Amino acid sequence: MAEVLVLVDAVDGNIKKATFELLTAARQLGEPAAVVVGAPGTAAGLKDQLAEYGAAKVYVAESDDIAGYSVAPKAEALAAVAQQASPAAVLISSGPENKEIAARLALKLDSGLLYDAVGFDGDGNVTQQIFGAAITVTSKVSKGTPVITVRPNSFAPEAASGAAQEVPVSVSVSDAGKGAKITDTVVEEKGSRPQLSDASVVVSGGRGIGNADNFTIIEKLADSLGAAVGASRAVVDAGWVPHTMQVGQTGVTVSPQLYIAVGISGAIQHRAGMQTSKTIVAINKDPEAPIFELADFGVVGDLFQVAPQLTDEIGKRKG
Amino acid sequence: MNIVVLMKQVPDTEGDRKLAADNTVDRAAVDPVINYIDEFAIEEGLLLKEAHGGEVTILTVGPERATESIRKALSMGADKALHISDEAIHGSDAVATAKILAKALGSVEWDVAIAGSEATDARGAVVPALLAEVLGAPQLTQARKVTVDGSTVTIERVTDTGYEKVEAQTPAVISVVEKINDPRYPSFKGIMAAKSKPIDVKSLSDIGVEAGEVGLSNAWTQVASFENAPPREAGQVVKDEGDGGSKIADFLASKKLI
Ligand SMILES: Cc1cc2nc3c(=O)[nH]c(=O)nc-3n(C[C@H](O)[C@H](O)[C@H](O)COP(=O)(O)OP(=O)(O)OC[C@H]3O[C@@H](n4cnc5c(N)ncnc54)[C@H](O)[C@@H]3O)c2cc1C
Repeated sequence: MAEVLVLVDAVDGNIKKATFELLTAARQLGEPAAVVVGAPGTAAGLKDQLAEYGAAKVYVAESDDIAGYSVAPKAEALAAVAQQASPAAVLISSGPENKEIAARLALKLDSGLLYDAVGFDGDGNVTQQIFGAAITVTSKVSKGTPVITVRPNSFAPEAASGAAQEVPVSVSVSDAGKGAKITDTVVEEKGSRPQLSDASVVVSGGRGIGNADNFTIIEKLADSLGAAVGASRAVVDAGWVPHTMQVGQTGVTVSPQLYIAVGISGAIQHRAGMQTSKTIVAINKDPEAPIFELADFGVVGDLFQVAPQLTDEIGKRKG
Repeated sequence: MNIVVLMKQVPDTEGDRKLAADNTVDRAAVDPVINYIDEFAIEEGLLLKEAHGGEVTILTVGPERATESIRKALSMGADKALHISDEAIHGSDAVATAKILAKALGSVEWDVAIAGSEATDARGAVVPALLAEVLGAPQLTQARKVTVDGSTVTIERVTDTGYEKVEAQTPAVISVVEKINDPRYPSFKGIMAAKSKPIDVKSLSDIGVEAGEVGLSNAWTQVASFENAPPREAGQVVKDEGDGGSKIADFLASKKLI
């Protein structure tokens, strides 16, 4: 059976759920093989976790240059693995950097690129959702090795045992790959909330919260659910939260199990980023707000009453 | 400093966007506008020109009608435009588009090529990276801040947890994110001036691209079919009677979400 390469995403030695989703999805297409690309030593702590999700092999492409330069070296390393493995497909989870890696990889392999897939059928087709999920498209790669980026939360991760046989791959990053040097890495977001793009639960606040200080109402509700925090553009425009928290057409696209919209009207550009969420709950004082057209459950009321009550209720039921 | 801004014309996100019978974006269904994030790229180009001198050239690959958007960019203050327009481009995928852009850049002098981080129609966010790959030029993408010092360009690249400082030598490909700056509105004077600014329209053969490398039938990916997503089933909406929060908690519990 042909191998299907899965690029591993890990932060501080913890593999992201999206990688397990891809290892699960890869089984539909062939034999899953994980690829670890990073600074020397990255793969050591990851192998056991990859074995638990069915990785037959773990390709290890490590080099100091990979961590020292932006994007291009990762694509070179992944291409080196692909050339060695001749896979049936390469799967990468959708995110800003990963999509760039995928794009460069596709070009190196003279292969077609499909991004933001949400499903596969048995015939090598992928499904994608476009125009804010208004249209579902079925597409396929007609040249080379399909390079496919997959939206987080599109597949449920299922454990399966794999041999996780380590295969070292030597990488030497070209001069062109060292064009953009990373001179500093700055972590701004403290705290332990999950990341917006692949969180299972997202709570977002809109202009209805009134001012920056009131955003704590949203954060408290999110923390009661272990959720990531998002916002509408109106809130970002007002400067109450950073742009990285914007959900929508020109922000992050999320597709969590549960999305709670608080004081958000549901403009078409906001919906574009959240309407494929499995369950949507809305709190808004205006019964005509378009967000209610999407909501599985909506409460017409004052968010300053409803949201804190919900936070308390969740706390009570948990404790 | 020679600044090229890559600008795409897209269907307005306010409209009811559709695909055409050949599975490509139906560009007649909805009024076209400048890709929203590209307005930030244009503004960044103008700011760089104000700080370092030089010229801002708008580069657009797109149908004839893109002239309207090009004029708007010129009215914001760009100096001139290069418009690659050719029937054969219709249906090109991101890879082909990047190849066309690369050849177009080859026909002008440039130090930085600035794009918006993604377009609202395709939402691929891949063309700047592809362009850097085709050109073998440094990739400085997802920038929330751009600084130029001589031939060194430094950006703050947005990451999941903050940002990275990334540095490269010109010529470099840059993409900027929404909110990096505050795009200016065209002034009346700017609108009048734009009317006489040069727009150089070139065909594929003018820039040395073979028609057989691009277009729908040569794309490396194919759309087999599409359908309108079924509308979400209407849910339950209740009025808060003082127990709205608990009602939501009941609902979440019934769905096993808490
Ligand atoms: C090209 C383009 C791209 C865009 N991209 C995005 C994007 O990525 N993401 C995005 O979100 N938007 C985007 N927008 C903006 C979008 O059109 C809307 O303007 C925006 O989403 C509105 O945000 P909002 O719902 O918070 O604010 P509003 O529309 O002002 O809604 C606020 C809501 O809060 C409710 N409310 C007020 N007070 C209370 C209260 N006390 N209790 C309960 N409810 C209350 C009101 O009834 C109202 O429905 C984009 C627009 C354009 C043109």
